Amino acid sequence: MQVYADNAATTKISETALRAMMPCFETFYGNPSSLHTVGQEAKEVLEDARARVAKCLGCEPREIYFTSGGSEADNQAILSAARLGQRKGKMHIISTAFEHHAVLHTLQKLEKEGFSVTYLDVKENHNITARQVKDALREDTCLVTVMFANNEIGSILPIAEIGAICKEAGVPFHTDAVQAVGHLAIDVKAMNIDMLSLSAHKFHGPKGVGALYCRRGFPLTNVIDGGAQERGKRAGTENLPGICGMAAALEEACANMEVNAAKITAMRDKLIAGLSQIPHCDLNGDPVNRLPGNVSFCFEGIEGEALLLLLDMQGVCASSGSACTSGSLDPSHVLLAIGRVHDVAHGSLRLSLSEYNTDEEIDHILTVVPQVVQTLRNMSPVWRDLMTGKRQFIL
Amino acid sequence: MALYSEKVMDHFTNPRNVGMIENADGVGEVGNAKCGDIMKIYLKIENDIIVDVKFETFGCGSAIASSSMATEMIKGKSIHDALALTNKAVAEALDGLPAHKLHCSVLAEEAIKNALKDYFDKNNIPYDKKQFPDCANCAHCH
Repeated sequence: MQVYADNAATTKISETALRAMMPCFETFYGNPSSLHTVGQEAKEVLEDARARVAKCLGCEPREIYFTSGGSEADNQAILSAARLGQRKGKMHIISTAFEHHAVLHTLQKLEKEGFSVTYLDVKENHNITARQVKDALREDTCLVTVMFANNEIGSILPIAEIGAICKEAGVPFHTDAVQAVGHLAIDVKAMNIDMLSLSAHKFHGPKGVGALYCRRGFPLTNVIDGGAQERGKRAGTENLPGICGMAAALEEACANMEVNAAKITAMRDKLIAGLSQIPHCDLNGDPVNRLPGNVSFCFEGIEGEALLLLLDMQGVCASSGSACTSGSLDPSHVLLAIGRVHDVAHGSLRLSLSEYNTDEEIDHILTVVPQVVQTLRNMSPVWRDLMTGKRQFIL
Repeated sequence: MALYSEKVMDHFTNPRNVGMIENADGVGEVGNAKCGDIMKIYLKIENDIIVDVKFETFGCGSAIASSSMATEMIKGKSIHDALALTNKAVAEALDGLPAHKLHCSVLAEEAIKNALKDYFDKNNIPYDKKQFPDCANCAHCH
């Protein structure tokens, strides 16, 4: 049995999305910027897709800018707010300690330019409160950028409350909603979101395409210069097959959101309850405000890469925040940010579910994970030291 | 997964010589939990021959495979041969390791050397200190 439980990394494309892409290769192959019939037909398809994506987010079509994915959208949103702030002499940004690298590395780049960034602490409840944002606001704050939901540990942040605070303070608010779009109800107007990043392949759309919602009137800075596509804010011939696949996938995800969320949440809770039975482990992430598909644990005494390899041999595709899987000596910054010490953070496991998973698959995971954890603990000198009292249990 | 050779996967999934030796003649431990690898080697030595060896490893697939292979390579060998084991030989015996995993084979070599040093110390056998790694200051973790 092969169980794909790494849907936070990427998802399988839906049949609906795949079918929506095909006409863009065969019939609507024109360049939307071309004057002739073939080009103008492609332009119509493009604008139809834009309108459908906009409807799913509660915004106007002209507020949607298609990008190559979530990372590009994050970069553009943050750099745009920074450039605007800089012109007004405002160079302070508020974010969190567990953002995606697309946000964190962009912020670090700005820090080198002289910006100061407040990274809100996420140890309490593995989340932030709107109050923390309010308390961090300064006269010179030019941007609040806070993720909608965390990709590794599943915490859902209080976005509507933060939006209200930012609106009141007159500070632009961006949210990296890559893990939330298509999974959680989002209304950018009601939530007072000025900019929002999304990526198609996280909701059964194709890879290499995403979008930036940007409230009308907010001045975007180009990240990619060239032609006048996307209202002059993002150059490059539009990825029409990708965009149509994304629009179809998003509509499908939003239409089935409640049914999918109920099914996925039930599987998630069964997994969390079952895995919690393993001694000396702990759930990562907010236990209440949590993405329907996210299960994240730390297991004491073992290392995550070995865990993933053995799970893969049992047919379970998962991920980990261990150093050996991150390619550096440090484990995931998210796990360290929520207060996991290195020793424990190395032994992390993330299972992320979608509506394509089944109860049989959950049962398979629940059979395999405890066995694999025990196998690795049985050969671990750390586990022996823990069991003989030479080392103190942390979890 | 194509990340590792078949040899690595074989030694990782069916590790040889896992466990501990009660009253071992030499015990060596290298690495630390903070950086994600700990290897512990237990030696039973009779007449300068390693008659038994066991390991315990906390670490990734290649760390476990390197420990397993290294123990196979010194079992039944003389102390002299065990001291001559290099990380390169361990990696080669595994049909290679990815570049960022070569430190796992280094840990295996160092764990064995530390276990031998422990044996020498316990039995007041003189040795050249320069032959042995100084794990407390190794760049891998510090």
